[in-house]
Amino acid sequence: MNDRYLIIDNVNKIFQSKKTATHVLDSVSLTVKRGEYISIIGHSGCGKSTLLNAISGLTTATDGYVILDGKEVNTPGPDRALVFQNHSLLPWLSVYENVALAVNKVFGARKSAKERDEWILHNLEMVGMSHALTRLPAEISGGMKQRVGIARALAMQPKLLLLDEPFGALDALTRAHLQEEVMRIQSDLNNTVLMITHDVDEAVLLSDRIVMMTNGPKATIGEVLDINLERPRNRIELASDPQYNEYRRAVLRFLHEKQQKVAPLPKAGSKTMSTQEEAKERAG
Amino acid sequence: MTVESSNQKTGIVAALRVPTAETCKDRLAASGQWLLGHLLPPLVVLASLLALWEILCSLPGAMLPAPSQVVRETWDLIVMPFYDFGGNDVGMGWQVLASLERVAYGYSLAVLVGVSLGVLIGKSTWAMRGLDPIFQVLRTVPPLAWLPISLAAFQSSNPSAIFVIFITAIWPIIINTSVGIRNIPDDYQNVARVLRLNPYENFTRIMLPSAAPYIFSGLRIGIGLSWLAIVAAEMLIGGVGIGFFIWDAWNASMLSDIVLALIYVGLVGYLLDQVVGFIGRRVTRGTSA
Repeated sequence: MNDRYLIIDNVNKIFQSKKTATHVLDSVSLTVKRGEYISIIGHSGCGKSTLLNAISGLTTATDGYVILDGKEVNTPGPDRALVFQNHSLLPWLSVYENVALAVNKVFGARKSAKERDEWILHNLEMVGMSHALTRLPAEISGGMKQRVGIARALAMQPKLLLLDEPFGALDALTRAHLQEEVMRIQSDLNNTVLMITHDVDEAVLLSDRIVMMTNGPKATIGEVLDINLERPRNRIELASDPQYNEYRRAVLRFLHEKQQKVAPLPKAGSKTMSTQEEAKERAG
Repeated sequence: MTVESSNQKTGIVAALRVPTAETCKDRLAASGQWLLGHLLPPLVVLASLLALWEILCSLPGAMLPAPSQVVRETWDLIVMPFYDFGGNDVGMGWQVLASLERVAYGYSLAVLVGVSLGVLIGKSTWAMRGLDPIFQVLRTVPPLAWLPISLAAFQSSNPSAIFVIFITAIWPIIINTSVGIRNIPDDYQNVARVLRLNPYENFTRIMLPSAAPYIFSGLRIGIGLSWLAIVAAEMLIGGVGIGFFIWDAWNASMLSDIVLALIYVGLVGYLLDQVVGFIGRRVTRGTSA
């Protein structure tokens, strides 16, 4: 059971519009162990987000199914907490209230008001946001917003944590800092995590396995790379680790040799690519 | 941000430690400068306009009263806003309050119905397709054009005036609310879906707060229109009210009274606008930022 905690079986997604049908995902299958940290990497528009949305239940797969802890999922729910790239905090609620909305909804029946309050504070403390409980999202930095987003997701005690390019919108230093935090939290909680990323270093640093997706349309899993690096991992030591660099090379080779981008990409069904993302990809 | 606030903190600490006459003087000078910068321009403009008005209306053959004459002739009204000699002969304060009461009824109804209809149109494509064309036509009907038909329907002046307020204020409220509801970002709806909020929770916790900035801009336009409409409507329906006061003064050729009433109308309209704006800012804290 624990070895087959999350089963993605033969998932297809076809976006149907009036004239055309875009086959975004083609027979994606993956099995994830409990407590595993998986990164999904691939070029923009390859359907990574579509896959994540299918797992979260925000979109339904055209074909195939997703099973989490023995149950098929087809609607969104708090057992699959999402951390969005743009944080998605509700701007009219304070940091505390944003987490409280989730906690009160998920644990309202099971925990007392005091327990819930403690649980909210505990999760905000875990991401280092205890000092800003009454701040509104507009009053804190992008990195802080993402911390609160992570606290909100963790506070739901999800079976599966879904991270959709969680650090994509942050500057390099903030990103590195948050990656450290996520590694620290992960070593405590041992969540099952699925993270979408564009960043090769991030994928190698954080993951137990890297899932590399081929280019769309009809994107599917191209290769899966096991990352057998000791934890806790240290980015500075790893920088000179031959094993680490071999993993990096493997991912880069997949992205830039085997899956060379053929422009232009079909737009339908995939997120429109920002120039920033484009530039980042060209730079590798 | 952090650098700035830490600087501010050290600034305060320093000021507390050394409360010299120098720093006090500096502060006085600073607030004095602020007052000078913000109060002086409107005062200068007001004074020049009054002076121009005084000069123009003191010329031989001038048809309108000069400011000095207005103050002289309406002095009783100015100093006694709340006298009551029975019937329509009451102070300006009562006149304004009577108008405000009508606005309060009509506007409250418009808020209730307008927000509800706006949510309906924002949520339901069918409701929008059905109602929107009708609303687009009806909203162009001038407020006073509704008055005869509402007089015929209600057979009484007060409900008719309230109806005119209602029908005038409701359109911007409906339209802004529906736009606000339709523009709720998918992200917020995704949060609601992941948390499995029920429809009621979704409405009160996500939809209303998210649409609040739009709703309040509709409410603000609505209160302005209400005030415009009530003054016009009261001129026709009579009774107590600032609009009728103006009409009555015109019939009695008391031009100075009219000038004073216009000042009242302007100030009250401005206050209403500011009050709704203030509530809006309080309610939508953070949302519009």
